[in-house]
Amino acid sequence: MEPLDRYRPIVDDFEAFIDACERPLPSAVRVNTIKTTVERVQTALADADIAVEPVDWHDGLFVLPKDSPGANWPYFHGWIHGQEEVSVIPATVLDPQPGDRVWDACAAPGSKTTQLAALMDDTGEVVATDNNLGRISALRTNTERLGATTVAVTHEDGRNHSLKPFGGEGYDRALVDVPCSCEGTIRKNPDTLEDWSLSHVEGISGVQKGILKRAVEVTEPGGTVVYSTCTFAPEENEAVLDYVLDEVACEIVDYDLPLNHAPGITEWQDETYDPSVADAKRIYPHHNDTGGFFCAKLEVPAE
Amino acid sequence: MSDQSTEFTRLPETDDERDDPERATREEVLDFWAERFGVPSETFEGYTFWERGAGKLWLYRGHPPSPVDIEGLGMTFLRTRQEHWKPTLEAVQRFGEHASRNVIHLDEDAAQAFVAGEDQELDWDGDWGYLVVTHDLAGEAEPVGVGLYVYGELRSQVPKGRRREL
Repeated sequence: MEPLDRYRPIVDDFEAFIDACERPLPSAVRVNTIKTTVERVQTALADADIAVEPVDWHDGLFVLPKDSPGANWPYFHGWIHGQEEVSVIPATVLDPQPGDRVWDACAAPGSKTTQLAALMDDTGEVVATDNNLGRISALRTNTERLGATTVAVTHEDGRNHSLKPFGGEGYDRALVDVPCSCEGTIRKNPDTLEDWSLSHVEGISGVQKGILKRAVEVTEPGGTVVYSTCTFAPEENEAVLDYVLDEVACEIVDYDLPLNHAPGITEWQDETYDPSVADAKRIYPHHNDTGGFFCAKLEVPAE
Repeated sequence: MSDQSTEFTRLPETDDERDDPERATREEVLDFWAERFGVPSETFEGYTFWERGAGKLWLYRGHPPSPVDIEGLGMTFLRTRQEHWKPTLEAVQRFGEHASRNVIHLDEDAAQAFVAGEDQELDWDGDWGYLVVTHDLAGEAEPVGVGLYVYGELRSQVPKGRRREL
């Protein structure tokens, strides 16, 4: 847990935070409303004697305290998808509407992509991009199992995303759930911090800046962009937002999040960030007994 | 064109628009689902059909310009350019609820064997060939995949990567 020590100045009840990071997290599943309903999933899981605990802030999410999600009938039918509770946040904040055109900038393995398609009733268009062919294969498998018919998958670096295959059309919304140092996933993957280094954090922050900037550029005036990571590092969170505010036309806006959270921080070590980054949300493991997460909502000004 | 191609081209609407005589048309695809499985053609209103590689058809709910050079477009849907066209498991899970012909309903044990990839001897007095396989889930019949019925045997067509011991 050593790399987390540097967050002592910004995390309330630091001991509770560390304790939570050391506890394992049970499996959670999201109901895939492209193929079924919450009620039918409840019935099918009950028929299979699989215990479920509801998640109070989202009625399409269940924790499976004793089972892994992959070996049961609802999974085989693509009715459920294993997805960590906090990982469900960014697509709900983006709030895509049926018929929207949406870019998922770092899409694999597709949990959030398929969630976006479901939120849009599988109408409109989700362009799902990833730069790694192996992960694209997982993305395609998940898209197919969940029966999404509006997802188009592209293989490219999100920093250089091209609008050409679709005739140059921009997007109504973009989801930018970037690769990160993943500190918030420690409860799922206890070895996450073994390879932690500040140089990695700083390096990946450059990639994050490039992808978020491109997302703002390809989003139409009046459109929405959501930026998220599963890490606590301000270099990958508020610093990235601060950068993009200076580079391209966009603003950070407040949003409701029905989970306990802390505001984005405006000062870190020798840096000061734009005051509006406080409208971003930090979700810590001890606040709701979940993984850790960071999520900000941006708007592209109308012309 | 090989399966490794990333170029998706939209199917011609009808025979009149077809350059390649081996290529399926939208009209033929709709007729196939209607004739073989009784799935009404209206089910696919709003969807476009695409070919990537020879005979591998995809279904997409949208109208991108054709051709489009990307990694995936909606879902794989139907295998053509062979004597008997074969729907994918994904297509049957998604659209099989509209099927009224060549649907075989399995009990729990047989459904589990089917998903595990096992072939089984079963009585079936309908057509031989590809069938929509259903079982009961949460109190209703639910399409689970594609089976091939020949010589008194239902052969599981569940792809290796999707097989499960349930």
